[in-house]
Amino acid sequence: MAGEGPDASFRRFLADGQLMIQRRRVSEEAVFPPRLMAPGDGATDLEWVSATGRATVHSFTVVARKPPLDGYNICLVDLEEGPRLMSRLVDIANDDIAIGLAVEAVIDRDGDAPVLLFRPAAA
Amino acid sequence: MSGDGLPRGRTAIVGGATFGIGEAPGFTATEIAVGAALGALADARLTLADVDALFLCMPDDMLSGLSFAEYLGIHPRLTDNNRTGGSAFMTHVVSAALKLDAGLIDVALIAYGAVPRTSRSFVAPPGASIYETPYAPTLAASYALATRRHMHEYGTTPEQLAEVAVAARNWARHNPQATMRGELTVADCLASRIIASPLRLLDCCLVTDGAAAVVMTRADRAKDLHARPAYVLGGAAATSHRYIAAMPDLTRTAAADSGSRAFAQARLTPADVDVAQLYDAFTINPILFLEDLGFCTKGEGGPFVASGAIAPGGSLPVNTNGGGLSCVHPGMYGLFAIEEAFRQLSRTARGLQVPDPAVALAHGNGGVLSSQATLILGTEGVL
Repeated sequence: MAGEGPDASFRRFLADGQLMIQRRRVSEEAVFPPRLMAPGDGATDLEWVSATGRATVHSFTVVARKPPLDGYNICLVDLEEGPRLMSRLVDIANDDIAIGLAVEAVIDRDGDAPVLLFRPAAA
Repeated sequence: MSGDGLPRGRTAIVGGATFGIGEAPGFTATEIAVGAALGALADARLTLADVDALFLCMPDDMLSGLSFAEYLGIHPRLTDNNRTGGSAFMTHVVSAALKLDAGLIDVALIAYGAVPRTSRSFVAPPGASIYETPYAPTLAASYALATRRHMHEYGTTPEQLAEVAVAARNWARHNPQATMRGELTVADCLASRIIASPLRLLDCCLVTDGAAAVVMTRADRAKDLHARPAYVLGGAAATSHRYIAAMPDLTRTAAADSGSRAFAQARLTPADVDVAQLYDAFTINPILFLEDLGFCTKGEGGPFVASGAIAPGGSLPVNTNGGGLSCVHPGMYGLFAIEEAFRQLSRTARGLQVPDPAVALAHGNGGVLSSQATLILGTEGVL
C-alpha cells in the first residue's frame, strides 16, 4: 500500500513552512496529533486546516544539564484552535517563561527535519 | 457499570518477598527476580511445581513470560506480560484474581526485577512520539510539567513537595532494606539541585536494583498457606493518555476512575483504608493520588502531606517501606507497593508495622501519569 498517512502529511506541510492541523468538518473541533479518525468516536470527517500559530503557554519546565551547558526548556502550549502540544520556546530567556504567556509558532530546521517551535507573540 | 465484577474476596495474596534491593552487583535482573519468586513461594509454603501461571513485566525482555518459565523449569498454563509501566503489576493481580476464580489457574506467581543501578542502564519506557521526542522530554520533565501546573492552579509549594520526600525517608529510616536511611529535612530537599524545574533531585525516585514477587491463590486455600492472607477486595485500572501533552488535565489523573471502581468493588471508602502504598516516582505523584483517590479534595494534597498525615504517626500511613523515593525503585515500582501492602496486612513489615491494619490500598502508576491501577486488599475480618 502506497500513499501518505496523517503523520507524514503533517511533516510534509511543516517542511513546506505550514502548521496544519486536522478539524472535524461538522463540529469544527480541532484534532491533534494527526490521526486517521477522530479520537473517541472514530469519525472520518477530518480535514486539514491551517492553524494560526497563536498559542498560550499551559505549563513548562527547564531540564538541567551538566555545566557549562545551560538547561533547555520544554513547554506545553495550547493552540488558539484548542489542541495542546509539546514544543520549545525560543527568543526568550528560560527565566522569563511563564504560564499564560502568549506565543506564536515558528518553524525551524534540525538538519533535514522541520521542527515546530514557539516564540513570544509580537506585541 | 458493566464489566467490573471482580470476585471480591475470593482470591488472596499468600506470599511475598523482595530480593537484591539497593545494589545487586554480579546478578542479572532475571536472577534477582527468581530470588524474589523463591522467597514468595517459601512464604506461601508452596514450591515451583505448584505454580501454573506467571505474570511478568521484565524491563528488557519482550518475551519474559517464556524466558522466566524456562529458567524456573516449569510449563505454566498461562503467562501474562501486560505492560502498562509501573502499574502493570496491579493489572496482573486483577487478571490473576479473575483467572483463579474462573478455575483457569490455581497458583499465580507475579514477579519483577531490574538492576539499573549496577548495570548503569536505566531502561526508560520504550516508544517515541514524533510530536514530543524532538523536544527531548525526560521522564522527570513530563512529571515536572504536571507539577508546575498543579502549583499554578492550587498553590502547591516546593516545601509541600519536600514533605512527601521527608515522610518517605522517615518511614525508610526504620526499614533495614531501604536504600536511603539517613536523616532528611525539607531544607535538604530544597537545597538539592534542579533536575527539571520545579522538580529537584530529592523530588525524584531513586534508581536502585531490586526485585519483588507475590503469590496468589483462591481464598478457600489461602488460610492453609499463610496465617494472614491479604484478600483481593477490589482492583481496577484506567488509562488516560500515553504522552504528557495528551493528558486531558495535568492535575487530574485516571486514578479517580480506577480508585472509585476499586472502592465500589471492595464496598469500602477511603476512610476505611488503614495503610496506603502510592507509587511515588516523583513527589507530585502521592499528592495527585491522595486527591484523585479521595483521601482529600482536589488541590488539598499539598496541605494534606504538609500536615504530617502520611508520615509515621500520621492519620494515613503512606509508603511505609520508604517508597520509590527512599527504599527501592528499579524502574517499575508497582510490585513493591503490592508486596508492602501484603506485608502490612500480614503483620510482617520489615520496617514500621502499622498497628492492626485491616484494609490496605496499593496504587500503581505507569508511563507519564498515563496508566493508573488501584488494588484494595483486606484481612479476613473485612471479608
